[in-house]
Amino acid sequence: MLAVVGTIPENDFPLTTGKIKAFGNELNINKKKVPVNRGTPALLSAMEQTLKTLGNREITSFLAGDIGLGDGSFKLYQYLVDNIADMDIDVIVFHYLQPDVDWHNKIIFRLQELKKKPIIIADAGFMYAAKMSGLAPSYDLFTPDAGELAFLADEKAPHPFYTRGFILHKDNKIPDLITRAYSHGNAAENLLVKGSTDYIADKSGILSSVNSPATEAMEAMGGTGDTLTGIVTALIGSGMEIPEASEKAAMINRLAGFYAKPDPAYPGW
Amino acid sequence: MIKYFGITARFNLFKKASTSLSDENLGILVFENTSEVIQAEKILKAHGIIIKVMGPPPKIQTGCDLVISFPLIKELNILRLLKKADLAPQQVVPVTDPLLVPVNLFQSKNFGKFLMVRAANMKITVEIKSQKIVNISGGGCPDVPYLAYKMVGKTLAQAPDPLEIGHTLCGYALSLAFEEIKKQC
Repeated sequence: MLAVVGTIPENDFPLTTGKIKAFGNELNINKKKVPVNRGTPALLSAMEQTLKTLGNREITSFLAGDIGLGDGSFKLYQYLVDNIADMDIDVIVFHYLQPDVDWHNKIIFRLQELKKKPIIIADAGFMYAAKMSGLAPSYDLFTPDAGELAFLADEKAPHPFYTRGFILHKDNKIPDLITRAYSHGNAAENLLVKGSTDYIADKSGILSSVNSPATEAMEAMGGTGDTLTGIVTALIGSGMEIPEASEKAAMINRLAGFYAKPDPAYPGW
Repeated sequence: MIKYFGITARFNLFKKASTSLSDENLGILVFENTSEVIQAEKILKAHGIIIKVMGPPPKIQTGCDLVISFPLIKELNILRLLKKADLAPQQVVPVTDPLLVPVNLFQSKNFGKFLMVRAANMKITVEIKSQKIVNISGGGCPDVPYLAYKMVGKTLAQAPDPLEIGHTLCGYALSLAFEEIKKQC
C-alpha cells in the first residue's frame, strides 16, 4: 500500500479512507470530491499524475477535515493506531497534520511493530512532531524548506516559530544546518531540502543539488512544496532509491514550474 | 537590516511587548489550545496588561504550543478577566525555566508588482497596486490551507485577521506577516 495521511481544510469533511481518483482539478475519494489547490490535495494530485506516468500504482488516502483545531488530525491518529497492524503498507507519507508528540509516537511505534517496516516520509506538521519527539532518525525522508531545516537544526526549538536567530542567520547555512540537524539526531535518514537550490542529503552530507530551471515566483506560491513531496513519494513508491527519487522529483517539480510560467499570483484568484 | 536566505530582513516581531517583563516574578498561563491563547492575549492586552506570548518550557510542550507570560502580581485580576470571558487557563505556573522566544524577524521580497513578507515559517504575498492577497504559503499546521482559502483573493482591508480565524502557531505567524505587509503596502 502506498499511503497518504493528511487533512482537508474543511470543518465538516469526515474521516475518509480510500483510493484516489483524479478528475481535472478535483480528487474523488469514496465519492467525496476534493478541490485541488494546496496542502494535502496538491500532494495527492502530484502523486497521482506522477504514478500515471509510471504505471498507475494506486494511492490509498487517509483524510479528515481540520482547520487547525486538531480534531480531524486526532481522528486520523486514532484510526491509524487502531488499524495500522492490519495494513500492508510499504510507503507512507504524513503531511498537514496537527503536531502532537503523544499521538505521533503511538503511530510510529505501531509502524515499527509491522513485520516489514515501511518507508516513512514526513513533511509539514507531522515532520514538526517527528523532530520534537526525538524519533526523527526513524524516518526515511523529510522534505523541509530552508526555514524548516533551520528548525530541524535547532535542537531546542519545538516548532519553526521558535527557531533561534543565531541558527537562522548563520552564513553558508544549508550545508551547516544539515550537519547540525544530523549531529543532534533531528533529521531523517534522507533530506530533500526545498528552496532556490534543492539539496539532497544524508548523514554523510550533501549528495546532490538541483538549481535549474529556476522560477523565482514559486517561492511565493502555496502548494509548490506539497507537489514536490507528492512527486518524490510517488517515485519512491515506484521502487526508486530515495536519493535518486529526491533528485528527480526536484527536477520534475522545477520543470512543472518552468512550463507553467507562473507569477507570484499563480494559480490566479 | 540583515540578509537571510538572500532576502532583506528586519527584527521587530513582538516589539510592542517590551522587555519590561523580567524573568523574575513571572507566571505562565497554559491553555488547552493555541486558539485560546490568541483570544486570551487579545483580552488581556485590551485591558492594558503587559504580557508576552512565548513558547512553553520543555516540561509542558505538546506540539503547536504557545503560553502567555504575565507578572505574577497581576494573577488575580488576569484570572478574573479570563473567567469572565470563559477562557480559564488549564494551568497557572511560575516561570522556573527559560521560555522560548518566537522567531524575531521579518523578511520581505519584492517581485516588482508583488510584495512577499515572511514571518517565521509563513509567507503572504500581495499585489501592490490592488492590495489584493494573491498567495499564502509555508507552514505545516492544518489551518494553513484553511487560512489561504479564507484570505487569498481578498484585499488587505477585506481579509479576515488570521488571529480571528487561525488556531495554531502557523496561524499566529501569519498574523504577524499580515500586520507587517499592511505596514509595508
